[in-house]
Amino acid sequence: MKVGIVSWGAYIPKYRIRTEDIAATWGDDPQRIIDIYLVYEKSVEGYDEDAVTIATEAARRALRRGNVDPKKIGAVYSGTESKPYAVKPISSILIDALGLPNNVFAVDMEFACKAASDGIVAITGLVESGRIEYGLAVGTDTSQGEPGEHLDYSASSGGVAYVIGKDGVAAEFEAIYTYNSDTPDFWRREGSPYPMHGEGFTGEPAYFRHVVGAAKGVMEKYGYKVSDFAYAIFHQPNGRFPMRAATILGFPPEKVKPGIVVTHIGNTYNASALMGLARVLEQAKPGDKILLVTFGSGAGSNAFVLNVTDAVLERQKADVPKVDEMLADKIYVDYATYLKNRKMIKLFE
Amino acid sequence: MEHESVPLYWRNIPAYYRLVAKRCKKCGEVYYPPVVKCTKCGSAELEDYQLPHEGELVEFTVLRSVPTDFLKQKPLVIGLVKLGPVKVLGQIVDAMPEKLKPGQRMEVVFRRVVVDGKYGLVMYGYKFRPRP
Ligand SMILES: [Zn+2]
Repeated sequence: MKVGIVSWGAYIPKYRIRTEDIAATWGDDPQRIIDIYLVYEKSVEGYDEDAVTIATEAARRALRRGNVDPKKIGAVYSGTESKPYAVKPISSILIDALGLPNNVFAVDMEFACKAASDGIVAITGLVESGRIEYGLAVGTDTSQGEPGEHLDYSASSGGVAYVIGKDGVAAEFEAIYTYNSDTPDFWRREGSPYPMHGEGFTGEPAYFRHVVGAAKGVMEKYGYKVSDFAYAIFHQPNGRFPMRAATILGFPPEKVKPGIVVTHIGNTYNASALMGLARVLEQAKPGDKILLVTFGSGAGSNAFVLNVTDAVLERQKADVPKVDEMLADKIYVDYATYLKNRKMIKLFE
Repeated sequence: MEHESVPLYWRNIPAYYRLVAKRCKKCGEVYYPPVVKCTKCGSAELEDYQLPHEGELVEFTVLRSVPTDFLKQKPLVIGLVKLGPVKVLGQIVDAMPEKLKPGQRMEVVFRRVVVDGKYGLVMYGYKFRPRP
């Protein structure tokens, strides 16, 4: 049996802000903003939530869905770019929040929105080598953009967790390929509250070069063609980029749309493409092949070919909230509450 | 406000994070928060007991006058939730108080409870919310 995804869990905070409410605050035309980004609303964390609490909820759901004994987890890797602490890992808090053993490899990983998928790659290696039985890869973020600027319309909050192992695999990893380079598209210096963009770098030299490069790479190296796949999922900084990547690669829209969640929760960064994967796994059939391509600024992409197995049917029946249920379960907040919940209002502390 | 000390918080992590209670090995009584001696039979032999992470709302109240650590979270909803053999008191989040009903299904969630200023420790723990 190949190594693969044994179980998954997703968590979307309950609060949402509408694009029109952000636009009204800053004097933008909401229809124009929606046309540019195809983001209608985005998720907002509660006042007492952060990347740690979001990671915990997603991971608890992943363990519950697969009925995985936490004591069998041998590695926990968290991909994030919004750690509550500059120094103090999320992954070590997860050990005690989830009841993992102390003999568990634990580290936080950073590569903008891509790190969680690097956690999956690393854990796949540890499982393949026989060093661990199961590992937990987590993507969690509460990412921010400067208020009133482009990212304010998309940067959002959410988390996903994947249990990787050899037993009870619901989706096998058939192939993995990576494409990375030094690209100055997006960065945030130490102590800087908001990230910055390299003028003109976001699209072609960053997102499309790496996403398409990794997708083509995995298909050419391992001999796949577009028609082999039931679904293709791409990192989704907005609603337009993944559709365009699909067009460049020749995927029809109906294979891409099931994995798109950005339109209603925004860009959850390390949980972005992996949230799309969770949604697809909740509807996939045994035998379906899935192409998953993550992306992180800086820049790089990991491409995965997954083959869905019979075990997916059991996982789909588990009493765990589905992505679609979380998309529908929401409380709208106004822009002031949004700023409060995201700790963007300066208070005496 | 004077926060719980870092060592005390650390000692309470299994109880705060995962709701690990204590059960008397002699008479079976379960205690949350955990105790060191059974008040029912007097035995000091207690073992860890994992409470379930789902239960039923027993009672709740809405506080508009709140402790200093929670001033920015008014109004505060506090509830009593039956988790297996015990009733546990805690904050209820992600809920409109007017829609809460005793008897409804609740789930345990992991949240920030106390944040020690701008540079101190973020203390996490359990809270409750309606089961989606
Ligand atoms: Zn007793």
